[in-house]
Amino acid sequence: METFRMQYSAPKGQKRNGPVKIASGLQEPIKRYHSITLDEDKCVGCTSCIKRCPTEAIRVHKSKARIINSRCIDCGECIRVCPHGAKHAITTDLLELDNYKYRVAIPAPAIYGQYRSARSRNHILTALKKLGFDDVFEVALGAEYVSNATRQYLKTVKKEKNLEGPVISTACPAIIRLIQVRFPNLMDNMLPLEAPVEVAARLAREKAKRDTSYGDSAIGIFFISPCASKMFSQYFPLRGEKSPVDGVISFQEIYMNLRNKIKSLKDDEIEDLEQATNYGVRWPSPGGESMALDINKFIAVDGIHDVVKIFETIENSNKFDDIDFLEALACKGGCLGGALTVKNHFVSQVIMKTMRDEAKAKDRENELTDLPNRDIDYHDILWDKQLEHIPIHKLDTDMAKAMKKLERMEKIADALPSLDCGACGAPSCRALAEDIVRDEAKITDCVFVLRERVRALANQMFELESMLPPTMIRDDKRDSDSEAEHRHESLSNDVNDD
Amino acid sequence: MAEKSGMHMEYDINKEDFNSAGEASSKVKKTLNMLGVDNKVIKRVAIAMYEAEINAFIHGGGGMAVADIYTDKIVIEISDHGKGIENLELAMQEGYSTASEEIRMMGFGAGMGLPNIKKNVDELDIRTGPGEGTDLKMTFKLN
Repeated sequence: METFRMQYSAPKGQKRNGPVKIASGLQEPIKRYHSITLDEDKCVGCTSCIKRCPTEAIRVHKSKARIINSRCIDCGECIRVCPHGAKHAITTDLLELDNYKYRVAIPAPAIYGQYRSARSRNHILTALKKLGFDDVFEVALGAEYVSNATRQYLKTVKKEKNLEGPVISTACPAIIRLIQVRFPNLMDNMLPLEAPVEVAARLAREKAKRDTSYGDSAIGIFFISPCASKMFSQYFPLRGEKSPVDGVISFQEIYMNLRNKIKSLKDDEIEDLEQATNYGVRWPSPGGESMALDINKFIAVDGIHDVVKIFETIENSNKFDDIDFLEALACKGGCLGGALTVKNHFVSQVIMKTMRDEAKAKDRENELTDLPNRDIDYHDILWDKQLEHIPIHKLDTDMAKAMKKLERMEKIADALPSLDCGACGAPSCRALAEDIVRDEAKITDCVFVLRERVRALANQMFELESMLPPTMIRDDKRDSDSEAEHRHESLSNDVNDD
Repeated sequence: MAEKSGMHMEYDINKEDFNSAGEASSKVKKTLNMLGVDNKVIKRVAIAMYEAEINAFIHGGGGMAVADIYTDKIVIEISDHGKGIENLELAMQEGYSTASEEIRMMGFGAGMGLPNIKKNVDELDIRTGPGEGTDLKMTFKLN
C-alpha cells in the first residue's frame, strides 16, 4: 500500500438524529454530522461561499464561515466556490483500510472521465486495485441494478399510487436533503430506493464472501467518490441500521497515485474487471439515469440552482404531470462535475464518450442490444426509513408570533440598504433581517446602519464639544453657540427616533 | 384589513412582463413557509393562486393579487380588468378554454384553470360578467 496524504478522520459511530435546532446554528462551526467541514486556518472570512449556498446555510462569524447544521444539504457548492480551498468534504482516513483484511474498492463511474491517458476502463480498474485493494467492483454495475428496480417501481407507482407529478431521482443525496428542507410537498415524489453506491456495496460484499472465507467484519468496502455529500448517506443510511459502505475516498485524494499507476501498467498486467454495460457507464452524465429507464418523458436537470427552479415550478403547478421521471443532480455536469473531481466536467464528457463507445462495442460483441436485465426485486432496496421535513424557514411554532416576527423582519429589511454586500456575514439583507428576528444578529452588523449611527454620534459629539458652560461663554461666542444648540436638539431627536 | 391581526400583501400583475407571472404566488408561498403553515395547505394555496394569477395575466390583461393571512384562514383575491367571463358555468368545466392558439403553444389554455382552482380552495367567490373584469376570492381554512 502506498502512502497517502492524511485526511480528516471520519468520526466513528456518529449518526444524524433528525433535525438539529436552528437556534444553535451560529454557535459552532460544524465538524460533525456533516460531509462538509472548514479548514479554519485557510478561511479568511470572505463572503464567496455565503452567496452561492442554495439554502442560505452559511454565515461569516468572527471571520470564519460557519455552516448552519440544519440548513446544509451537502451539495458542495461552497467547496467549489471557495477561492482559498478552505472547505473540504469529510472523507475516510486512508489508514482505516488497515482495519480490514479484505478490501474492495467500488469506484463511481465518473472516474472513467478523469484520466485522458487511460486506454480502457480495465486500465483504470486494474490500476485502482493495485493501489492497495484486493478487488474492484464497479458502481456502474450497481447502477444497472438500480435502473431495473426503478423500472419496476415506476410501473407500480403508476398503477397503485395516485402520484401527482414525476418521480424524482434520489441517486444524488444533496437532492434528497434539498427536498427535505425546501420542498416538503415533493417528498412523496422521491424515488425511495437505495442509490447505486449502496447497491454496489452490497453486491461487492456478497462477492467478497463468495470469493474468500472472510466474515463480514474482515471485509471493507470503500467508495471512490466524486461527491461531497456521499459521506452523509454513510452516516444516515436510508435502509438498514448500518451503511453497506465502510469508507469514502475522494477522487482528488488518489488522483496522482492512480494516474501514475495507470501510466506504469504493462499490458500483461491488465485484468478484466469490467462488468457494467454502456448503460451503467453512462449513468453519471446528466440524462444517463433516465436513459436507462425505458420511459417516454423525462427531464434531466443538473446544477443545484436550476434544480431549485424546476422544483419551484413543480410545486406551484401541475405543469409536469405528464413527465414520468425527473433526474435532478446537484452538480453541473452531473457526477462528472462532482466537487471532489479533478477534471473539468466538459473535458470529462469527452473522455466518457470514448469509454462509452468502448462499452458499446463490447455490448455488441456480447449481443446485448437493449437495457441489461439485472436480477433484482425493487423491494430489496426500498428505503425502510421515513424522511421528515426540516422546516428551516419557520420563524416560530406559534403562527401569531411568527407573523409578528415576519412583520418586524419586513420593517428591518426595508431599513437595510438592499445591497446584499455580505459584509454582515449573511448572504443578503433579507437574510440578515431574518437572523435579527431570530436573535442571531444585530441591526448594527450592517456596516451601513453602523456608519449612520457613528455619523450621528460624531455630529452630536462635535456639537457638544462646541458648547461651553455659561460661566465660560465669552460675549463674542454667544450667537453662534445658541445656533449650534438648536441644531443639536433636532439631531438628538433624529437619533431617538431610530 | 383591520379585522383581527393579520398580514396583508399586495402585488401588481403586469401583463407586459411574462417573467413576472407567478411571482406573487411564489412570494406568498415563501411567506406561508416562514409562518409555518401546514405544507398541504401551502401546496393548495400555491397551485390555486398560481392558476388564478396566470388567468389574470392571460385573459385579464393584468391586475392585482392581494393576500390576507390570518391565524385561522388565508384569503387570496385576484382581480383583473379584462373582458370578464361570459359563461361561468362553461368556464368551470374541465377542458373548456377560450385561450388563443398562441397561449396554448406556451403550454397554457388547457381549460383546467378554474376547475383546478375550485379543487384546491375551501371557498371560492367569483364576481364576473362581460366587460366587468373578473374578481376571484379564494379562502383557505387553517385549523
